[in-house]
Amino acid sequence: MNSFQIRLGGHRLSWPAAIGLLIILVFIIAAIFAPLLAPFPEAEVVGDAWAEADGTHWLGLDNLGRDIFSRLLFGARMSIGLSLLITCISFTVGIITGFTAAIAKGWVDALLSRVVDLILAMPTLIFAFVVLSVLGTDLPVLVVTLALLDSVKVFRLARALAMNISALEYVEVARVRGEGLWWVITREILPNATAPLIAEFGLRFTFAFLFVAALSFLGLGVQPPSADWGSMVRDYRDVIALDLAAPLYPAGAIALLTIAINFVVDWMLSIHSRGHGEGA
Amino acid sequence: MSERIPGEVILDVAHLRIAVSEGPVLVDDISFTLRRGEVLGLIGESGAGKSTIGLAVLGYTRSGCEITGGNLMFEGQDIRTMTPAQRRALRGNGIAYISQSAAASFNPAHTLMRQVCEIPLRDGCTTAAEARARAISLFAELDLPDPEHFGNRYPHQVSGGQLQRAMAAMAMAAKPDIIVFDEPTTALDVTTQVEVLASFRKLIREHGTAAIYITHDLAVVAQIADDIMVLRHGRMVEHGRSTDILHNPQQDYTRRLVADRAEGHAQFPAQDETPLLEISHVVASYSGLVRVIDDVSFAVHRGDTLAVVGESGSGKSTLARVIMGLLPREAGDVKFHGASLPPRLKHRTVDQLRRVQMIYQSPDVALNPNQTLLQIIGRPVQFYFGRSRSEVRDRVLELLRLMELPESFIDRKPAALSGGQKQRVGIARALAAEPDLIICDEVTSALDQLVGEEILRLLKRLQDELGIAYLFITHDLGTVRRIANKVAVMLNGKFVAGGLTATVFAPPLHPYTELLLSSVPEMRADWLDEVLAHNRRIAS
Amino acid sequence: MIRLVALRLVFGLVTMWAASVLIFGGTELLPGDLATAILQNSATPENLAELRAHLGLDRPPLVRYGEWLTRAAHGDLGTSLSNDRDVVEEIAPRLRNTVFLAGFAALIAVPLAIGLGLLAAIWQASVFDRVINFVTLLTISVPEYLVGYLLVKYFAVRWDLFPALANVSPETDLGGRIYLTALPVVTLVLVVVAHMMRMTRASVLSIMASPYIEMAFLKGLSKPRVVVRHAFPNALAPIISVVALNLAYLVVGVVVVEQVFVYPGLGQLMVDAVSKHDLPVVQACGLIFAGAFIMLNMIADIMAILSNPRLRRPR
Repeated sequence: MNSFQIRLGGHRLSWPAAIGLLIILVFIIAAIFAPLLAPFPEAEVVGDAWAEADGTHWLGLDNLGRDIFSRLLFGARMSIGLSLLITCISFTVGIITGFTAAIAKGWVDALLSRVVDLILAMPTLIFAFVVLSVLGTDLPVLVVTLALLDSVKVFRLARALAMNISALEYVEVARVRGEGLWWVITREILPNATAPLIAEFGLRFTFAFLFVAALSFLGLGVQPPSADWGSMVRDYRDVIALDLAAPLYPAGAIALLTIAINFVVDWMLSIHSRGHGEGA
Repeated sequence: MSERIPGEVILDVAHLRIAVSEGPVLVDDISFTLRRGEVLGLIGESGAGKSTIGLAVLGYTRSGCEITGGNLMFEGQDIRTMTPAQRRALRGNGIAYISQSAAASFNPAHTLMRQVCEIPLRDGCTTAAEARARAISLFAELDLPDPEHFGNRYPHQVSGGQLQRAMAAMAMAAKPDIIVFDEPTTALDVTTQVEVLASFRKLIREHGTAAIYITHDLAVVAQIADDIMVLRHGRMVEHGRSTDILHNPQQDYTRRLVADRAEGHAQFPAQDETPLLEISHVVASYSGLVRVIDDVSFAVHRGDTLAVVGESGSGKSTLARVIMGLLPREAGDVKFHGASLPPRLKHRTVDQLRRVQMIYQSPDVALNPNQTLLQIIGRPVQFYFGRSRSEVRDRVLELLRLMELPESFIDRKPAALSGGQKQRVGIARALAAEPDLIICDEVTSALDQLVGEEILRLLKRLQDELGIAYLFITHDLGTVRRIANKVAVMLNGKFVAGGLTATVFAPPLHPYTELLLSSVPEMRADWLDEVLAHNRRIAS
Repeated sequence: MIRLVALRLVFGLVTMWAASVLIFGGTELLPGDLATAILQNSATPENLAELRAHLGLDRPPLVRYGEWLTRAAHGDLGTSLSNDRDVVEEIAPRLRNTVFLAGFAALIAVPLAIGLGLLAAIWQASVFDRVINFVTLLTISVPEYLVGYLLVKYFAVRWDLFPALANVSPETDLGGRIYLTALPVVTLVLVVVAHMMRMTRASVLSIMASPYIEMAFLKGLSKPRVVVRHAFPNALAPIISVVALNLAYLVVGVVVVEQVFVYPGLGQLMVDAVSKHDLPVVQACGLIFAGAFIMLNMIADIMAILSNPRLRRPR
């Protein structure tokens, strides 16, 4: 047991988390270096449609004769990049509003919280449909819509965290000392909220990622000719009837990344619930 | 209790050893016997293994732990080798358990009656009517109000003291031979503790039940136990008759526990100067509804230790918040060095803030877990005095020395420290601001007895050296007598008595002060009888 | 407690109203209105204005919202822009199909998930618990279409056990329907069970860790009795709200599954309508989906309030 141990931030890494991290790393490298790694360009027709896999085309060719493996690599850029952008926006908005509500209290908090309750009580997908049906499926529209819908959940967490931590006595000590708001937030509250916030970032990312993929799959997300895993599943789905595995590759890639993130998040939450004891 | 004649041995524990599975040993080499009608007190600080032993007697270990050695014989049967069915019969019928928190130990979904009657009805040997009748008579014996209908209530509908007694009824319902009491009065206020303790004692005496009484408070166990076993770090320190342990302890550790904790407060004669802190007719409430502080006035001079005492909910901690400016006062005045302090924190000057510091009850949440001691203690030095980095470090080292903490701790985080050490860091942080007044909010109540004693001694020494004044908020009257030269007794947000400690605690006493004082357990075996007799006299 | 339930009901109504405002507002007030949506690229300022006047879009939005809401309340959801059929007629058979699919899936998923959740909690840290935890962590991460296509690839194409397309028609009888929807139902069940089972396990475990359960064991009660008499009454409320929350999820998750199996349900209709900018249909479907979701969430909360003894019997 002790011969093989990886530690991260002073905590022993569980093996699913280690595998998860490895997968995430591979995917990120694939996304960043897709143009260098991909054997063929994204949209070039290199052979017959649905050609079998062989030494040059590892996963075969697609409906138009494009290399599926290369399109998967390029698709990683779009799928991961888009979800990352959405998550970053939703986090910025969610944390700022959440912390503001927790610290301002009073009517600001009451107003924000009621609006958030209202939005949370409604189905996100349906809302996205309504907005997309009118505004069309532009990428900026998609990103902003999903980010705002998602920021509501970040708001909830950020507000609860800030509320809980600011009720602790060490925060009171800082306030009574006469420290300014900026110090209290950045030195006393934020460092103690990072672990749950990072875990939440992972969860929100998978949510955005699955959501974008689902919309693309439904034909309402990323539009051709850009390669994106969700729309690739959509493009290839008909050949499932021919017992070809083509749609399973992008779908599997989506699942693999989500599983990897969930493993890491699961591990992070478990060490967080164990407290700050180990290796402080 | 010499008047009781114990019967045959009913529980024989020999060389008991309990360990975390593949981990450290929690309890080792514990041996004792319990005779019918006998009460054994298990005493020790947190982590001494008292509860672990108490639970092991019922053949139960918390998850992750197991009994790894020794024998537990109940009426000649080994508890360790019992079948699950035998063990279930043992629990409840043979040995019953009473836990510290009755509020958490009753199922919120069922009535008290249903839970009290559960064990007798389990085996079907009692009818529902019989079980009910027995429960009602137990409620009556335990002095519960309206015993006929008490059982119809749900756990959240009765008070903490009543619930604790209802749990005793639940334990007694199936007429067990032994009851394990696990800190049953620790969560209660002192005045409630007296009543509950008396009910327990009456119950086990009248039914001749043997008992294991677990507590950290020697004075409590002195009232109820025939024998006492002192535990430390899972091992026995001393075991003997209660009178011997209390009056003639053999081991050094026991002697320290039993030792009279008197410190004596040096009286500061110069009381005619302007008071450091003067509070007059202060009124405060939460969201303007109930007055939590109602017309309170007092003064603290340099070098004073003013103790504010009262039971939970009396408003004593709120008073600290009002002085600190965390809760704005609604009326009255708070003067510091003769000048009025603004009611709100944000209107106070940095110097006003610096001069009043606070130490908290629970050092775990009072220290930021993400900062090192250098940051925690150094920040006030830097913030108030604008010192350079190296000066800050020097000052922190100096404060650590003053706190009798190793200098190497400076780069550690709080998680690496023990409870007592953390509390010293809290004190160092307060001192770093070089205050005139420190408000101490229950600073020893989260600590073990001997650790708390050391903290009090340290505070006392600092006062002698630095001349700081303390406002000492506490529910522990024993502490007050020893360290405070002035005292104020709070009840429902008002001061019912106040002045020099010697005067307040000397006759003629205010009735509430008298009740509080008499409720503090003393290490005399006959204390409880005296209190009860005394209370009866007052009542009649 | 009645006050709390009433408050929750009021909040449910307010949410429903807010959803209607957002759905109407989303489709009517955002830049690019119904007229631009219909005309798409052939829009010129003249024919836009003409169409707006024809559709009554030149009147104030508040008036139109009021009209839309009153008509919706009377069961008139307007006419579809793509094929001029009455929206209610268009929706009714598809709603039936969707309710059948979701209901069928729920019927299997709910008992299965609660059963597995309880077993995993009772045998906590056993091999069974660890395996099922790992498997469910996998399945909650897997998108519905991967599960769907995997099932199609093996059960429909390779082994030819079930049809790949769930093309039910109003004439299909119950047996036929069950046969046709077998794969979509299994897909939904797999996805929902994982969530529901994990949440059930967590809520039972948090109750099993409470001191009154330890007390029940110390009173000498057997494990089955402790679970049934002491843990279950307290776990019921969290489990019911877990079920309601997951049914709400099911209602929305059905959209993707319908797409995979080309099932003529409400979700597919809505997706089509969104890509065709058929606003009246989008509005109608949105209202129905949102309504079901909000109602299930409300039921979850009210059950939680009702089963709390502290609220049921005040001091």
